[in-house]
This record gives sequence, C-alpha cells and structure tokens, in this order.
Amino acid sequence: MAVDTSTPAPTEDERSAQVSIGTRLLQRPEIGALMGAVLVFAFFTLITDQFGSLAGAARWTDFAATLGIMAVAVSMLMIGGEFDLSAGVMVGSSGLVFGFLITELGLNAWLAIPVVLALAAVVGMANGLLVMRTGLPSFIVTLGTFFVLRGANAGVTLLLTGTVRVDGLPAADGFSSAEMVFASTFGAPYNFRVTVLWWILAAAVATWVLTRTRIGNWIYAVGGDANAARNVGVPVAATKIGLFMTTAMAGALVGIMTALRLGSVQANEGVGREFEFIIAAVVGGCLLTGGFGSAVGASIGALIMGMALAGIPFAGWDSNWRFLFLGVILLLAVLVNNAVRKRAEGARR
Amino acid sequence: MSVADTTPEPTLVVQHVSKSFGSVTAVQDASLSAGAGEVTAIIGDNGAGKSTLIKCVSGVHRSDAGEVCLDGHPVGFASPEEGRARGIETVYQDLALVDDLAVWQNLFLNRERTRGAGPIRFLDRQGMQREAESMLQRLDVDVPSVRERVRRLSGGQRQAVAICRAAGWGSRLVIMDEPTAALGVRETARVEELIRRLRDDGLAVLVISHNFDQVLRLSDRVWIMRQGRVVDGFRTAETSAEELVAAVTGAQRAANQPRGRSQQP
Ligand SMILES: Nc1ncnc2c1ncn2[C@@H]1O[C@H](COP(=O)(O)OP(=O)(O)OP(=O)(O)O)[C@@H](O)[C@H]1O
Ligand SMILES: [Mg+2]
Repeated sequence: MAVDTSTPAPTEDERSAQVSIGTRLLQRPEIGALMGAVLVFAFFTLITDQFGSLAGAARWTDFAATLGIMAVAVSMLMIGGEFDLSAGVMVGSSGLVFGFLITELGLNAWLAIPVVLALAAVVGMANGLLVMRTGLPSFIVTLGTFFVLRGANAGVTLLLTGTVRVDGLPAADGFSSAEMVFASTFGAPYNFRVTVLWWILAAAVATWVLTRTRIGNWIYAVGGDANAARNVGVPVAATKIGLFMTTAMAGALVGIMTALRLGSVQANEGVGREFEFIIAAVVGGCLLTGGFGSAVGASIGALIMGMALAGIPFAGWDSNWRFLFLGVILLLAVLVNNAVRKRAEGARR
Repeated sequence: MSVADTTPEPTLVVQHVSKSFGSVTAVQDASLSAGAGEVTAIIGDNGAGKSTLIKCVSGVHRSDAGEVCLDGHPVGFASPEEGRARGIETVYQDLALVDDLAVWQNLFLNRERTRGAGPIRFLDRQGMQREAESMLQRLDVDVPSVRERVRRLSGGQRQAVAICRAAGWGSRLVIMDEPTAALGVRETARVEELIRRLRDDGLAVLVISHNFDQVLRLSDRVWIMRQGRVVDGFRTAETSAEELVAAVTGAQRAANQPRGRSQQP
C-alpha cells in the first residue's frame, strides 16, 4: 500500500492530547496495586523491626515468589477471559508425580522435570479443549478438574506409599543439581530465594509476550471480545488452550520447586491456593471479565500478599489473621481498581 | 466511472447456497452476484437470512450446499482468515471491534506487523500506528487518536474504524452488514461517502440495509431476500421504493416485472 509521506502526521484532538504523564499513570491497570504495596510495606515496616531489613525482604519475597509465578500465568489466562480453579491443586499433582518419578521409578530429576511439565501441559490442554468444545464456563470445567486431581492426588499417594506423602526425594539422581537451579538461595547472609529470580523472569517474559507480540494482542482480543476476534480470523480456541496449558505448566514448575525445596510432597499440597492466585491477579488489576490487566500488576498483587503472609508472623499475630487481611486487601483493591478502570476506559495503549 | 456495464464476470457470484442451523433453514438456494466498481445492496425483513448469507461468503459459516465464486473461481472458505487472504473484508452487524484495544490494534488485529529475526519477533507498534493514521486519513476518518481505546469512540467513529479496516485490507470485495443502522444523519452521510469511495476505487461493495432511501441513493443493484431465499433482483435505476417494498413483503409483483430469480438483474 502506498503511503503518502508528504502529509504531516495528523494533529491529535486537543481534548485527549493534553493527557499528562500523571494522568496516564493513573490509568494503568497496576496503579492501584502499586499504591497498596507501598501502604502494606510502610505498615509492616513501622510496626515490626525486621520487616524493612534485607533479611525481612528475603522472607516476604520468598512468600511472594512462587505465588507470583502462578499469578503471572493466571493473569494471562484471565486477560484471555478464562479461569483455572485447578491451578492450585496442579501444584500438588505435579510435585507428587515428580516425587514418584524420582523415588519409585528412580528417574533422574532432570529427566523427570520435562516429563512432569509435559503431563501438566496435557491436563491444561484437556481443560482448554473441554471449555472450547462445550462452551461451558471455565469456572465449572476447571472446578471439575480440581476435584478429579484432588481425589487422584490423595488416592494414588495412599495406594503407592501407604501414607499421605511422598518423601525421600533428596536421595534421587540429579536432585542436588536440580535443587541448585530451582530451590537454592543466594545473597548470603540474607538468603534470598532463587525462586524470586524465576518470578522476575516469568513476569518479564509474560510482559513481553502480552505487549510486544502478536500472541499478546490476540490474548487481549479473545478476552475482550471473542466473537470480534474470531470474525477477523484470530485463532481463538488455540489462544485460549495455549493459556490453559501455560497455567498448568506454571503450576508444574511451582510444584517441582516446592518438592525440591522440601524434599517431600504432601498429598494435599496446593489445595485452596488457586484463590490466592486469582486474588493476586485481581488485586493487580486484572478484570474478572477478561481483556484487561497486566503481568506486572499480578506480580505486585503477589508481592502484597507475600508481604502480608510474612508480615503477620513478624508482628507476632496469630497466622489465622492472614485471611482477614487478605479479604480486606481484596475488597480494597477491587474498589480502587474499579475507580482506575473507569479512568482507564479512556487510556491509550 | 469510465467503463460502465462492460464487466463480463462479476467479482462475486453466489449460486444456490443453503445454510441451516439445526431445524432452522436460514438461507435456502440463494443466488446473487456483485460486480466490481458497483454497490450491490441486499434488502429483506428481519430474519430473512441476509447476515447468514454474507457469513457464508466471508467464511464465518460453511454453507451446506451451493457455490461461491470469486473472480470466476469457486472458493470455499473454512475461516474468515481464508476469505481475508483472498481480498474479502467484512464489516459485521455486531462491528467486530474489541473495545479494550486501541484503534490501531483493531485495525491490525490478526494482521499485526512484526520485526525481528526467526522466532523472536516484536510487534512493530510505531510502524502500525503510523500506518493506521494513514489508513484513517485516506478515508478522511476522524478519530481523536489511533491510540484511543475503541470504547471511548462514538458510534459513528467506531463504524468508521470498522469500515476503514475493511477498506484498508479488502482488495476485491467489501461486505457491510447494516453499516448505518445505529448512526445519525451526519454519520450516515459520512459512511455513504466512504462506500462511494470504495466503489470508485473499483472494489465490489455488498451492503445490507433496511433503509430503502439509502439503497436507492447508494446502490447500483438490489437483491431481495425473503424467508431465506433471494426472491428478486433489480437494477436500482429501474426500480422504485414502492416496488422494493412490494418485493420485500411478498405483495403482488407489478405485472410488467416477470423477473424471478436470475443472475443478472
Ligand atoms: N448462529 C445461528 N444459530 C442458529 N440460528 C441462527 C444463527 N444465525 C442466524 N440464525 C437464524 O437464521 C435466520 C436468519 O438470520 P439472519 O441473522 O441471517 O437474518 P437477517 O436477515 O440478517 O436479519 P436482521 O435484519 O434482523 O439482521 C433467523 O431465523 C435466525 O434466528
Ligand atoms: Mg442481520
């Protein structure tokens, strides 16, 4: 197509041209979460001694890291307009399968890891295919998967080990090198968790995919208006199935990390955490209706929750208070995000 | 137009196309054609099957029977993407824009431009934004900015963006399903102007409309659909509003119009 280069770029309409950087910032999906993170950080730094120190930071980034990896994947899925309630129990299933493979079957840990990731991808694909083929809400379909996996985790573990856990992982081939990569610490004497680096990597890759690739454009499009996307030929089913697979594989990665760290896996590992992932994504500005959100926002959401989970014991409170805390954060975040969202409807991209 | 009425082969020829949804027969044995450099209108009551028929052409639906020919070659698009690859663009009744994406992202949805090497490819955001600006400029479409989210645009602006996308990518045939249904007088005039411009560029334009005045004003040919069938066809210059109303409602046809279904109205 011939482009007339002699014509000057059209001057933008004045009403919207005069958008200050401050206003632009206030329209970002993650702005509410960022303000929340600052508040929560200030709060715990003021009322406890250790929280603001590097040792304290090592602690709350530890809580936030695995949650953050999941929140990043779940936020992409939510932007694509779907949910995965099996994401939490997937962490447990993957850890258990990983444990069985390296203990019962004597597989090298480095061989077991791709096998577990591939199995998770199959489960994710099954979720995606079921949702796309039946047209049922992913909420219902993945609730089914949740119960199937939960039952299988408990049943199979009991059958194979006679207990509710798999242990003895550290004796397996390749365990210690895999532990180095997925479950070690760095920055002694504070001992930051290496999972934090994985989290940052996950957030960076997700942000790049969402904002700088065709697939990212499609994810926003299928979540925003699947019909409109389909009408211009966007591969809607493939995009969504890919997101389910990504989420399941993120669950597997976290499951492997947790297994390597603890050297054993509980049969009920991960159950109930799916809501933490969704909360982190929502706190980070993802809309439940799809088509809006960011991986950075979800990471900040995870950071807030990590700070709360670590800060409550620091403050000497009973850990049961964390649920109250999470609930209040969720409600506040949704209120702030709702206001931000109203502004963002005019934001440019 | 320099060469009037010399087109030997219409750009689009639809022959005996049928489409059912379960027990509902939406389109039955429908035949029509649309020529290059002409505006062809389809009119008919609600539920007559107009949208379904054009979706069979664009590749959204797969027809149960019949044939669609583009430039004389039979085509059977399994998806809108295949139709688009052959130069057919459609403005759907429900617009097909994603509200939360910017104007430029909608214009380039599934036509994204990338830079980079091998599998590492980045979106060429700047390039697409510039190109989007010139696409809009070429059709004299007025939006505040190509970076504005579509959600913020007025109905007329959205419609203009949707048409602009179709015009920007469509090289053979542009189909529009009730493009002015939701628009005011001024916006309607603008859209009609856009349609004329596409026609003058030599494209075949197929327009569905409920507005008989508009059809008489804008089109060169009119096809009438009733209960899933294409029941009649006219050259616009040789017909009148009364005749069109009678044809759409199925009232007695005037005695001097024994046309029936034909390829050349
Ligand atoms: N996807 C679908 N599934 C089932 N039935 C459908 C579908 N699409 C259309 N129909 C039916 O096919 C018939 C024709 O619908 P269509 O949308 O083609 O009509 P139309 O002429 O475009 O009407 P309108 O002027 O109201 O837009 C209707 O009875 C409709 O209910
Ligand atoms: Mg219709």
